[in-house]
Amino acid sequence: MKEFFEFFSFADANVRFVTLGSVLLAGSSAVVGCFTLLRKRALVGDAVAHAVLPGVCLAFILSGTKNPLILLIGAFITGWLSLIIIDFITAKSRIKEDTAIGLVLSVFFGIGILLLTSIQHSGNAAQSGLDKFLFGNAASLVGEDLIIFSIVAVLLLTATVVFYKELKLLCFDEVYAKTIGFPVRGLELLLTTLTVLAVVVGIQAVGVVLMAAMLITPAAAARFWTDKLGVMLVLAAVIGAISGVSGAFVSYTAPAMPTGPWIVLIVSLIATFSFAFAPNKGWIARIVRQRLNKKRILEENLLKLLYQLSENKQDFHTPRPMHELLDKRSFPVKEAASGLAKLKSQGYLEKIKDGWVLTAEGITRGRRVVRLHRLWELYLTQYLHLASDHVHEDAETIEHIITPELEKRLLVELNFPILDPHSSKIP
Amino acid sequence: MILQVDNPVVEVHDLTVSYDRKPVLWGIDLTIPAGSLVGVIGPNGAGKSTLIKAMMDLLPTGSGYVRIFDKPINEVRKRISYVPQRESVDWDFPASVFDVVLMGRYGNLGLFSRPRKADKDAAMEALEKVGMQSYAQRQISQLSGGQQQRVFLARALAQNADLYFMDEPFAGVDIATETAIIELLRTMRDQGKTVIVVHHDLQSAADYFDWVVLLNMRLVGSGPTEKVLTQELLEQTYGGKLTVLSKVGDLLQKQEFPSREKQR
Repeated sequence: MKEFFEFFSFADANVRFVTLGSVLLAGSSAVVGCFTLLRKRALVGDAVAHAVLPGVCLAFILSGTKNPLILLIGAFITGWLSLIIIDFITAKSRIKEDTAIGLVLSVFFGIGILLLTSIQHSGNAAQSGLDKFLFGNAASLVGEDLIIFSIVAVLLLTATVVFYKELKLLCFDEVYAKTIGFPVRGLELLLTTLTVLAVVVGIQAVGVVLMAAMLITPAAAARFWTDKLGVMLVLAAVIGAISGVSGAFVSYTAPAMPTGPWIVLIVSLIATFSFAFAPNKGWIARIVRQRLNKKRILEENLLKLLYQLSENKQDFHTPRPMHELLDKRSFPVKEAASGLAKLKSQGYLEKIKDGWVLTAEGITRGRRVVRLHRLWELYLTQYLHLASDHVHEDAETIEHIITPELEKRLLVELNFPILDPHSSKIP
Repeated sequence: MILQVDNPVVEVHDLTVSYDRKPVLWGIDLTIPAGSLVGVIGPNGAGKSTLIKAMMDLLPTGSGYVRIFDKPINEVRKRISYVPQRESVDWDFPASVFDVVLMGRYGNLGLFSRPRKADKDAAMEALEKVGMQSYAQRQISQLSGGQQQRVFLARALAQNADLYFMDEPFAGVDIATETAIIELLRTMRDQGKTVIVVHHDLQSAADYFDWVVLLNMRLVGSGPTEKVLTQELLEQTYGGKLTVLSKVGDLLQKQEFPSREKQR
């Protein structure tokens, strides 16, 4: 707890730098990741992430230093090369893209590990800390590293703002973009470059193995909360930033701990939360919607039944006790009771002594359900040529979902009918 | 019956297009007159979509050339508009109806610049033309097939082009949408625009179009509707496949032969 306050008071300049760096790195990769995700090339990010490792190692072997700029250039070159090879294999052979990604990813990563191991056994003292690129270490984001990586991150964000319109169209409808004269090849190249750069700056904090999660997960989580691309980008950046800060915090309290797994854990938690609780698209929202539907069906069935009981003699003012309803149709008792109570509170029913009576509004609504039921039965027999004893079950569900517009269309197509297939009057 | 016209809007000369070395269009010579409503008609796999895509230089061509407004296509892109098949995009993309229609203005805007007020007005006007103005802020994943088609049409209209290519705009739409679209296309034709439509329903073709292109891997007919939609030409178009032609195509693919000795 003490460390928590120490860290989040940002009193230590080092903490401030590390936090700022992590926010920028994680945020910018999340923004670029949105476009990668929408372009349906999420796996490509994973391939690039693994492919930068040999670049980092080669840059170190050739230069003998851990100068961040040189390592970054090395990472960029092999990351880029991997994408070109994937595109080349897909275009020039019968191998499909997913296979090509798998091939390239493993070959590049294999070479990377090979180089890394040989560097570690070379006895070169400068090599210590190179392995942090595997799983990330946010705490090392200081001094020159921080400045260079932050500049790249800011560049990334600027590029997505400047090319927002173009990237949006590229991701939505590439062919159309081509017909209106957009340089689609160039834009593709731009997005590829942005993806590689995002990976290159992100690995400092997350490491190559888990970098793909930094690209994809914030974007996927953000997509659950919004249907607007602009909002999605901002949300993804915020989600990325939050996980970045938590990674920095872990790095601060336990310097030996790799930050990547922690960052990925946090961002995955946020994503899981989004999948579950996001309005409309979330898992809970869907369950709630289904339950509401079920309730509505029950209530409409009650109104329908009450209407049907009084329909023939037009005695809508006779109270019907609940057991009479249950005799006619088997409802679960508890649900029926609560349904009746709710309909009363909504003003569709009145309770007179022990019986239930439809109000004027209740009659209208009950009549509508009965009407839709019979209309649908008639539609099925006339247009689908179903036998009249086969149509009832179907109409039991359809009666609850027909909209007023569809009702009008039905009436017109059936030529305003009077009787249903069972010769009951359509009210 | 293949009628060539003077001063065509689109001129296709000796066009051959292959997918993976297998030719799907063989040596097409075609001219389209200005201000006409053109139907490209033929059976499944006849290469109808391929033809209009090749006209717009969206596909690599094996031989031949296409000139539009008597210029190479890249010089006149702003005067051309395309309505792709609606299944060609993912409608779950995070965008509103208005966002998509506004994309029709991107070509005129060019790179870097943001849509201006006037572009938004134009997009809204295009939406009104297809009767979708009240859906402007709707998320595109909530649209029905017919509504998606109208949105794509509105996007093309917002471009204010002179030549329109439409790939199966009537596929899977309701009658109301089909009627609305064909009315709109007629209005556009009457304003002097040229509209080229890939269409697969023979029944309505005679009624809809004033120029018809019959296609089945090669050009069977091209000319005014009443002259082209004849029993004889339709039999040539639909009556059985040219077995030898498709066998040769298969051979070219299997043996990795070029369809022309000299590839461009």
